[in-house]
Amino acid sequence: MPFKRYVEVGRVALVNYGKDYGKLVVIVDVIDQNRALVDAPDMVRGQINFKRLTLTDIKIDIKRVPNKKTLIAALEAGDVKNKWENSSWGRKLIVQKKRASLNDFDRFKIMLAKIKKAGVVRQELAKLKKEAA
Amino acid sequence: MSYKFHQFQVVGRGLPTETDEHPKIYRMKLWATNEVRAKSKFWYFLRKLKKVKKSNGQMLAINEIFEKNPTTIKNYGIWLRYQSRTGYHNMYKEYRDTTLNGGIEQMYTEMASRHRVRHHCIQVIKTATIPAKLCKRESTKQFHNSKIKFPLVFKKVRPPTRKLKTTYKASRPNLFV
Repeated sequence: MPFKRYVEVGRVALVNYGKDYGKLVVIVDVIDQNRALVDAPDMVRGQINFKRLTLTDIKIDIKRVPNKKTLIAALEAGDVKNKWENSSWGRKLIVQKKRASLNDFDRFKIMLAKIKKAGVVRQELAKLKKEAA
Repeated sequence: MSYKFHQFQVVGRGLPTETDEHPKIYRMKLWATNEVRAKSKFWYFLRKLKKVKKSNGQMLAINEIFEKNPTTIKNYGIWLRYQSRTGYHNMYKEYRDTTLNGGIEQMYTEMASRHRVRHHCIQVIKTATIPAKLCKRESTKQFHNSKIKFPLVFKKVRPPTRKLKTTYKASRPNLFV
């Protein structure tokens, strides 16, 4: 089982611990075995430990340590935002965030929608059962 | 990133006497955890070099030195003198880091772990930013590769905050990347 996601200049990673939790950042250079220099459009370029990163499948084409403008242009060219939001991982995170930010009225609406969906499914099931019998 | 060791510039001289109206002023750059320790370290070193003590000297200035470019990676070479159980030795060590304070902190922790030298037995002689061509240690030279690429071999599963840590888990973690 070979490795598919490598730490390399241009690899997009998700921060999974710490102050920048949940952010998508780009690995811009490797400091040493444990740390990388990391950059994102809305943060100052800084170092982060690999233990705080989860690598994604997305990679953009940049040279070592680009300046902010080049980085943002490369992110646009690589269409990172759309690729992330359409990937199954990205969609799951969006749903998690939505669920966490619901208020009571939203949860009530969801309850009604779930009951309705279950009703429709049960009707179909009853139909299929009648045909089989 | 907060570092334990800060770099200070300390300036001091002996007190003026009748024989010497304008004594020479000495400046040192040193690492200490705070200003008080920096001043004390200054007098420690100055005593060893000149005939002056804190009681017959005065501190003229102490300023903290901050890193000019904390967003670029540099290779730091550190020359140090340390006291081991059997005597004094000189050493040259290299570190890759974004700031000099970070490199110094790495040095102190590495000396403590590899040689069991506590930080008060270490004297930093000189530090320098080394260009990549002149680095001597393989462990820093292996990162001088513009197309560096390596996999993270196993993924450590951690809860995103320490509050969510539990002693027992329902299932074994999957460590594959």
